[in-house]
Amino acid sequence: MPGAIYAEGLVKTFGDVRALDGVDLDVPEGTVLGLLGPNGAGKTTAVRVLTTLLQPDSGKAVVAGIDVLKNPNEVRRSIGLSGQFAAVDEYLTGRENLRMVGQLYQMSSRAAKARADELLERFNLAEAADRTAKTYSGGMRRRLDLAAALVVSPPVMFMDEPTTGLDPRNRQQLWGIIQELVAGGTTLLLTTQYLEEADHLAHDICVVDHGRVIARGTADELKARTGGERVEVVVHEHDRIDTARTVLAALGKGGEATVTVDEHTRKLTVPVTGGAKLLAEVIRELDTRGVEIDDIGLRRPTLDDVFISLTGHAAESEDAAKLAGNTAKNTKEAGK
Amino acid sequence: MTVTTEAVPTTAPRPRGGIVQSATDSLVVARRNLIRMTRIPEVVLFGLIQPIMFVVMFSYVFGGSLQVGGSVNADVYRNFLMAGIFAQTVTFATAGAGAGIADDMHKGLIDRFRSLPMARGAVLTGRTLADLVQTALTVVVLAIVAVLVGWRIHEGVPKALGAFGLLLLLGYAFSWIGALIGLSVRTPEAATSGGLIWLFPVTFISNAFVDTSGMTAWLRHIAEWNPFSATVQACRVLFGNPGVSESTAWPMEHPVLASLIWSVLIIAVFRTLAVRKYRSATA
Repeated sequence: MPGAIYAEGLVKTFGDVRALDGVDLDVPEGTVLGLLGPNGAGKTTAVRVLTTLLQPDSGKAVVAGIDVLKNPNEVRRSIGLSGQFAAVDEYLTGRENLRMVGQLYQMSSRAAKARADELLERFNLAEAADRTAKTYSGGMRRRLDLAAALVVSPPVMFMDEPTTGLDPRNRQQLWGIIQELVAGGTTLLLTTQYLEEADHLAHDICVVDHGRVIARGTADELKARTGGERVEVVVHEHDRIDTARTVLAALGKGGEATVTVDEHTRKLTVPVTGGAKLLAEVIRELDTRGVEIDDIGLRRPTLDDVFISLTGHAAESEDAAKLAGNTAKNTKEAGK
Repeated sequence: MTVTTEAVPTTAPRPRGGIVQSATDSLVVARRNLIRMTRIPEVVLFGLIQPIMFVVMFSYVFGGSLQVGGSVNADVYRNFLMAGIFAQTVTFATAGAGAGIADDMHKGLIDRFRSLPMARGAVLTGRTLADLVQTALTVVVLAIVAVLVGWRIHEGVPKALGAFGLLLLLGYAFSWIGALIGLSVRTPEAATSGGLIWLFPVTFISNAFVDTSGMTAWLRHIAEWNPFSATVQACRVLFGNPGVSESTAWPMEHPVLASLIWSVLIIAVFRTLAVRKYRSATA
């Protein structure tokens, strides 16, 4: 039986660009699927097709057991969408926004009013309820947008990059809301560029690149693909890097492991086997040689590593890549 | 964050469908747009200032030198002019509708609306209805200013109200053209200018500000068949104002009927096109 969100061979082209190039998805009821990929990978296009906003060129999509292409209006009754931008009317108050959405979900005026009050309370917006959304902070707008998507507590939710542009505190808060939601039985499809976010929230992850799903599985399964764990050390003094390198190479995987060194941050990384026991050994050995350390840790591969090993490039947007390029250059100069 | 257990997922109530749902959804959206107007009163205010400025400029600058009905008389010109200014004012609501809808697209609100189980045309109908309210308000203020500069009606109140009805219908029809423009352009800025520029030839190649009998033949034909001219002519007849065209062109001989037909036709065509465009709209 297909899941609450099911897609088969979705294709959508915009001119020469194949935004979706045969995407298959299957999200079991009550679970979270993380659609992970860089900007332009096709995540938003997939969400737009599944939420009836865009007609695919070919393929099949079923949401909440209803055919998206044949019966879009039935699908709309069963979904909530929180897009990339906080889609709220900034000249309306929080309360007015939610009441309007409730009424457009065909709730009675009274039911829409009651639900709006309930959501404002729940999303910590009660105090700002009668101020126009224009006066809200970024985090508050996001919460209002999410509240609008939850007006009917839809069985299937779509969130397109829900935490993009939020500060860590607001992100944590939003994660809490999302987890609560899923605990209540909602099926969720979430797109994100943040690997940490997919790791944290999603049961299953689909890695998307150039309109195709290039890998799928649980976060652990994907991490297992990129190989084992590694030890990361930050030495206190720059001139002890070479000593530390020798130690790590000897204790690392196979006894002659390759050590990656970031001169600027004085961080050394080496693949290892042996876990915590080996970590203790590294600490003892560095101590014996008088290498003072600022930080040391056993690190499991992140989804970032997964992405790089799958696509050959990091899961970054173009802007972020440019920024990273600059940082790398600075690192090099500072290291001279 | 208040921790509460989320209610068991529920689908939205079954839509009633049909014309009842269309009407209620449209009113919900219209209400939203009217609330917005009260929050940005300067937009309404500028909408009022513009036609008042036109009345003052045209009647005092051009009034002394333009010939109406064979005579040059500033007072006659002012009475001739008002029907034109009224008609021009209602058509300028087009730009507002276009900019508003383009802005909704830009901000992702159209996406939200399109993902809701609401009537398809309601977002646009709601907007055009709200614009109609604003237009009506503008017309009332403009009528007061017109009376102050010497404009009078001579055919009784019922006929004058009929003329205002025709004007509002024309404005409503034009706001659907604006809606289509708003859905077709990329930015709200483009919608504002795109919504305005074509209005200048439409309102000026007409009988609104000058007597068409002075135009060259081909231009006069365009002016006389201009939907805008039919409404202006109808207003002059219904208000009993000077300068009613003696032309034998059909819309000039049957201006009330012509005005009605034009407006209904514009609504039918542009509403269909705009709603179709809305269904596939992408920000």
